Amino acid sequence: MTMPYYVAPEQVMKDRAEYAQKGIARGRSLIACVYDAGVLLVAENPSRSLHKISEIYDRIAFAGVGRYNEYDQLRVAGVRHADTKGFAYSRSDVDARSLANLYAQHLGNVFTHEMKPLEVEILVAELGHGQRPTQLFHVAYEGTITDEVNFAVLGGEAEPIRQQFEESFTAGWGLAAALKAAARALAGPDRSLGAQDLEVAVLAEGNGRRTFRRLSDGELTTLLAS
Amino acid sequence: MALPLFDPAHDPGPDFTALLNREHGRVLPAPSENHVSVPHGTTVLALRFDGGVIMAGDRRATEGHSIAHRSMEKVFPADRYSAVAIAGSAGMAVEMVRLFQVQLEHYEKVEGVSLSLSGKANQLAQMVRAHLPLAMQGFVVVPLFCGFDVVEGTGRIFTYDAAGGHYEETDFQATGSGGRDARTTIKLGYRDNLSRAEAIELAVLALYEAADADSATGGPDLTRGIFPIVATVTKEGYSSVEESEIAERFEAAIERRRSLGGNAGGTLR
Repeated sequence: MTMPYYVAPEQVMKDRAEYAQKGIARGRSLIACVYDAGVLLVAENPSRSLHKISEIYDRIAFAGVGRYNEYDQLRVAGVRHADTKGFAYSRSDVDARSLANLYAQHLGNVFTHEMKPLEVEILVAELGHGQRPTQLFHVAYEGTITDEVNFAVLGGEAEPIRQQFEESFTAGWGLAAALKAAARALAGPDRSLGAQDLEVAVLAEGNGRRTFRRLSDGELTTLLAS
Repeated sequence: MALPLFDPAHDPGPDFTALLNREHGRVLPAPSENHVSVPHGTTVLALRFDGGVIMAGDRRATEGHSIAHRSMEKVFPADRYSAVAIAGSAGMAVEMVRLFQVQLEHYEKVEGVSLSLSGKANQLAQMVRAHLPLAMQGFVVVPLFCGFDVVEGTGRIFTYDAAGGHYEETDFQATGSGGRDARTTIKLGYRDNLSRAEAIELAVLALYEAADADSATGGPDLTRGIFPIVATVTKEGYSSVEESEIAERFEAAIERRRSLGGNAGGTLR
């Protein structure tokens, strides 16, 4: 009779974390930050149909990096959760915090119980209103949830991007300034990113009940050149 | 509560009603044997004009022979490019509209694109059909749906029957207890390519005639300052016509009729 191999739990967790990190690092990064009119989300994404940034609800946006099929499934679950909750109670009862907690629970469960962890990092952003502040919840592949202040960077090479973006971050800046800083930070020192390389959306007032709005290529080119 | 994740065989896709049924059981109340008296909504209409389509509805809800509400809204935006108006059992109808609005937005968010206008009309038909058991008990809901077809660049109108049949109208339609009077009025005043102002005027006159002949349809309530609701759907999307503009048109119409002893006096005005 063969004996099963013993693998220390620490090793199991370490291996899984490494596996997830490697998967995430293969994709491009993403920045979300607050600006004078709301929340700006910028992702490096040449595709115009496979989105990294999407609308969840009236004042909530979702962003994911890593494996597309995995974070897209989480996005759809988020839309379902938000629409069901808003229908059962009221639209104002749908908030980012409870959704981010659900994501954290799910990612944590998959990380500990399943064969393979999800190779994703996600962000749930909510545009503040009245008593509710603007919030950026960053949920990592193992379910760690962070309430980020002012901006969040997601992806494999987050640290150098974070450092560069932090240097340029100015409280209360405008859309063009924030977008240009984000594009510079995502590009790094050796590249530059144009409108066609970026997927950009905002959560901002002025569009009625639904505050999520994608920026078109034309708008991006104008903003990046200003 | 956990994240609503489904295995592929049980995934409801972008269908919000299927999602609700999976998550929370029945959405709409189950049929019961007891007949109860509930408020009913009355006259709603839609007509095409050169920029799209106009939808209008009176504000009265009745319960038997008494007035249940004087300021009920029966015209709603379904999404950016479409509007839905309701006649029938008020509570059920408003709930159906709420479900329809969420369904259209839900589809758009899950799929990343909006449904086509025909797709939206078909979705509403399925909701009306699912409601049939309740309709048999007297809780009839008959919506009127219209929108701006961004592909074809025109306004389109769809009517429904209680069994969920839906039919596309060419130019105009009105439903509810005062629907016949409203329809006749529009028929007399309608021509192709009406301007926005002419179409609003015609909608106002149609509602005036409906309220004049049908006891369950509310006319302009000058005492309380409550006027019917008129909305337009054009390539710019859904937009409510300002209450001041509607009030002005009703007051002008009443003034003309007063000078002619209550009649239109030869032409539609």
